[in-house]
Amino acid sequence: MSTPLHVGFIPLIDAAALIVAVDKGFARAEGLDVTLAREVSWSNVRDKLNIGLFDAAHLLAPVAIASSLGLGHVKVPIVASFNLGLNGNAITVSPALHAAILREIDGDRFDPMVTARALARVVAARRKSGAEPLTFGMTFPFSTHNYQLRFWMAAGGVDPDEDVRMVVLPPPYMVESLANKQVDAFCVGAPWNSIAVDLGIGHILHFVSDILLNAVEKVLAFRQGWSERNKEVVAALVRAAFRAAEFIEQHENRAEVARILAQPERIGVPADVIQRTLEGRLKISPDGTMHENKRYLLVGREGAARPDTAQAAWLYAQMVRWGQAPLSPAALDAAMAVFRPDLYDAALGPEAREPVSNVVGAFAGPAFEPRDIAGHLAAFEIGRWKG
Amino acid sequence: MGAESPPKEPSPKIVIVDESPIRAAILEEGLREAGFTGVVHISEMQSLLQRIYALDPDVILIDLENPSRDILEQMFQVSRAVRRPIAMFVDQSDAASIQASVDAGVSAYIVDGLKKERIKPILDLCISRFNAFAKLQDELDRAKSALEDRKVIDRAKGILMKLKGLTEEEAYVLLRSTAMREKKKIGEIAQSILTASELLK
Repeated sequence: MSTPLHVGFIPLIDAAALIVAVDKGFARAEGLDVTLAREVSWSNVRDKLNIGLFDAAHLLAPVAIASSLGLGHVKVPIVASFNLGLNGNAITVSPALHAAILREIDGDRFDPMVTARALARVVAARRKSGAEPLTFGMTFPFSTHNYQLRFWMAAGGVDPDEDVRMVVLPPPYMVESLANKQVDAFCVGAPWNSIAVDLGIGHILHFVSDILLNAVEKVLAFRQGWSERNKEVVAALVRAAFRAAEFIEQHENRAEVARILAQPERIGVPADVIQRTLEGRLKISPDGTMHENKRYLLVGREGAARPDTAQAAWLYAQMVRWGQAPLSPAALDAAMAVFRPDLYDAALGPEAREPVSNVVGAFAGPAFEPRDIAGHLAAFEIGRWKG
Repeated sequence: MGAESPPKEPSPKIVIVDESPIRAAILEEGLREAGFTGVVHISEMQSLLQRIYALDPDVILIDLENPSRDILEQMFQVSRAVRRPIAMFVDQSDAASIQASVDAGVSAYIVDGLKKERIKPILDLCISRFNAFAKLQDELDRAKSALEDRKVIDRAKGILMKLKGLTEEEAYVLLRSTAMREKKKIGEIAQSILTASELLK
């Protein structure tokens, strides 16, 4: 007897552990009969998980927290028992903005502080000449992409709410919007940055792994109440995803993984783009310039899959910084309680206990202290929150 | 008797965001029949937010197959880009209505402060029209594939008649009995005959 499960996902490479768990039979081996449902918007994934059409979902980590806190939508407590990916996003800019930033650059072009300060000079010059503010695309109000873009530009002195426009765009529309100049830049997950570069209409300015050492990206999410009634099923899906993540991270399996993910009903993009992403070796300019960072996307490696409550606290701190959430000890506790390393440990037992150091490791500001968000935010000049 | 009825509230301005022109037309017609006169349809997703702000609607209806739904979520945010705060129509006491709307494949967003009882009939109508459209689409798809099958079967019959000297009736009986024996559809058997005859040409 196998347990039927409905699981929603968005076609992005960081759904890899979930897709491989199903298509490579790891889920079946755990006694699960998983039907994957490909979705077109995070709103749909959130709503279908909330009302029970999905038992579990590939979900933006901040959406899991926002849903648990009742921000922007109906309050439904969510738990995350497995990180499907750490990092994996990149900031891509139009050729015009790329040239403008390079003209203003004073230092190492791969140093995010150097590019952020150059961006500030570009923004100031545009304002002086009466040009329209720059527009940045991101995927959702409660998204890592939104917070990562804001974190980066604010470090250089650009106020994301005053100096530029931040707009939500569905990932499949990012490339087109950059091509027709609706946006000047965007932050999105794989494969969309590479597709913009391959089409010759964008330059990858930064991997997010250059901005934050470890940024939790997507989680395997369940409704809290459901997870309590179905502990064994949650554990089984965590084990299946863990085995899949191990499989994905084995170098010799990469070509097969890329083939599985490239299927039209899964992610539906060319296998070679997927393989480059998994290896963290990306073409960053249409002229063929490559950039490599082994930490571009972590799927299970280095304990990346184990939820870390400090990561949840960091995301909550970004919501506070940008005026999406009030600061309160109760809300902080609720946000941290979304991430459940205990469920991960219960599913995997001693084998999962490899040493983990998922510190956020941001390029600017003091080291993050989860229990002192007010003190942490006080170190940043730009923000909507005034302590 | 003779008491004056209270002045009627103006019809709320409704925007339908849907890339399917037929479904949007069906919904628009239903809304107009029900007395909602201010209905505008947006089918082009470029600059969606700017167009919505220009129209300044009270209610926005969007189909769930539309990735642009995430763009609308931005309207909940308090920021310079957002003119009037918008909320999703969710009545926490009415789980059935949320379920029905997601099942039908539609979602409603309303301007903060608009009364629930004014929205409910709009959403109910929307759900029933979306369901009607899905049924219509399903019937159309089935009719289309039946027609395709008919054409393929006719051609396969012709080939069998020519090659084996059968009458039309005998050719059909042969197709049907083969399909039953192999537990396949007649259309599939007919298609394999066409493929084989192409290869053997």
